[in-house]
Amino acid sequence: MFLAFVVYPVGYGLWMARDPSLYRELLANPFYAQAVVNTLLFVALGVNLKLFGALLLSGFFMRRRWWIRAFLPVFMLPWALPAIPAFVSFHWMLIGEEGLVNSLLAKLFGVQGPLWLTNHRLALGANIVADVWKWLPFWTLTFFAARMAIPQEIYEAAEVDGASGSRRFAHVVLPLLGNLYLVCTLLCTLWTVGDFTTVAFVSEGAPAYSTDVLATLGMHYAFNAAQPSLGVAIALSALPALIPITVVLMRVVETRQVRL
Amino acid sequence: MKIAREMASVILLVALVVWSLLPVYNMLLIALDPDEGDIEFEGIVWPPDPSLHSFHTVLTQGYWLVADVWRQFGHSAFIGVMTMVVTVVVGSLVSFALGRLRLGEHWMLTNAPLVTYAVPASFLVIPFSRLMATYGLANSLWAIIAANVTFATPYAILILQQYGSLIPIELDEAARVDGASPLQRYRLNYLPLMAPALAAVGTFALLLAWNEYVYQYVLLSSTRNMTVAVAIAQFFNTDEAPWNYMMALAILYSLPPIVIFYALRRYIASGLMRGAIKG
Repeated sequence: MFLAFVVYPVGYGLWMARDPSLYRELLANPFYAQAVVNTLLFVALGVNLKLFGALLLSGFFMRRRWWIRAFLPVFMLPWALPAIPAFVSFHWMLIGEEGLVNSLLAKLFGVQGPLWLTNHRLALGANIVADVWKWLPFWTLTFFAARMAIPQEIYEAAEVDGASGSRRFAHVVLPLLGNLYLVCTLLCTLWTVGDFTTVAFVSEGAPAYSTDVLATLGMHYAFNAAQPSLGVAIALSALPALIPITVVLMRVVETRQVRL
Repeated sequence: MKIAREMASVILLVALVVWSLLPVYNMLLIALDPDEGDIEFEGIVWPPDPSLHSFHTVLTQGYWLVADVWRQFGHSAFIGVMTMVVTVVVGSLVSFALGRLRLGEHWMLTNAPLVTYAVPASFLVIPFSRLMATYGLANSLWAIIAANVTFATPYAILILQQYGSLIPIELDEAARVDGASPLQRYRLNYLPLMAPALAAVGTFALLLAWNEYVYQYVLLSSTRNMTVAVAIAQFFNTDEAPWNYMMALAILYSLPPIVIFYALRRYIASGLMRGAIKG
């Protein structure tokens, strides 16, 4: 299965995009350069916001207050909500002057909100926020599960020794979760690089392809511009960055005995 | 001091609830609008003139863009359920072979499934769709299922391996001494003990299938074979704008995974939890 559905398509993709002139064409293409920058921003900001936010929130949900725990299912909703409806809704919240976000700004604060999706930076930010919204619960649950598995005695011992909240975090939680955090960062990076749906539906690459990432630009060239080889070349040009990440991930999972 | 901490918790909680529910609220606001969903927030939470007209139209297929909705729901459900089942079966067999039968000791082999993530799914869709044509699977739901399973299994194997390593290997050895074949050990020892992790992995696969769009869009070109995810996106390609129908369809599409997710929530938590940390 692995051979038929992964190795062979990758090989076929490499064969489709074997012509070196494709890559010269890409390097000269301003949309490609922009997409590389966008992908880097999308991944760097998105991954760190998701994982650091998840780490803090998992701690928040660990607090022994029934009314905090009671809201955990509500907070999980974005993960259970399918991507297309969620991102279509984000698009609609931000579009024009009557979108929900701008209406809220106008009614609650009397502020005239910006046109989110016609501004390059705001549209890129909207993509990142939507991506964080969708995946934050998944990573929070992962860290929450890991924290639940830390034996209660360790906390109690730390408490007896007089460790306060922040010191408990630094000296108990971080050493125990450090490896897991590393694995999640690597995994999340690989998944976020390949994310097509967020950008395709929240900003739709607008304005004028300036928020496209590699995944959406590749599809755009392959289908709307009828240049499939170029589209594949765009996607495969990320491999030199992705393969080392994967190798590190495999090594870390094996040698550190990390558990998800 | 203590009160200030509690207040901060409450504020954070309220912010989280608003953050989590705002897009959902927006969907409802548009879907409940009787008139094309061209609605502006008027400063009151409750929609001014709520109507279930759009849900009625979608469910009775009363508009050309939603004319095949039930068929499309069938396709989405088939893809989701089959992705879930095949991922659980393949994932558990592979992790059983790697973890219990000790077929592989080398890190290259035990973690080989993770190699799949070196090439993100969306990057492979073009060569994949061409290959499916040569496999005779063009325009077939099985092509989508194959793609989903391919990208759900590595994570599944990772989770299952870690959960499985908590089951003492002596249990297998005892069963082997008693003359149990590998298949019997898989069925009678491994599967029952792994149930929570299998539920977690199954839900993960189902949500992955339900989130997926790009393969369904590229591989299922005809309207008759379309899935709901593609049907929702179709609304963007027309000049007419019955956005209330689109949002009603989106809400209906969201219901099955939400119901399943919350039904299996307890298992998911414990499935992820047991293997979480080796202290």
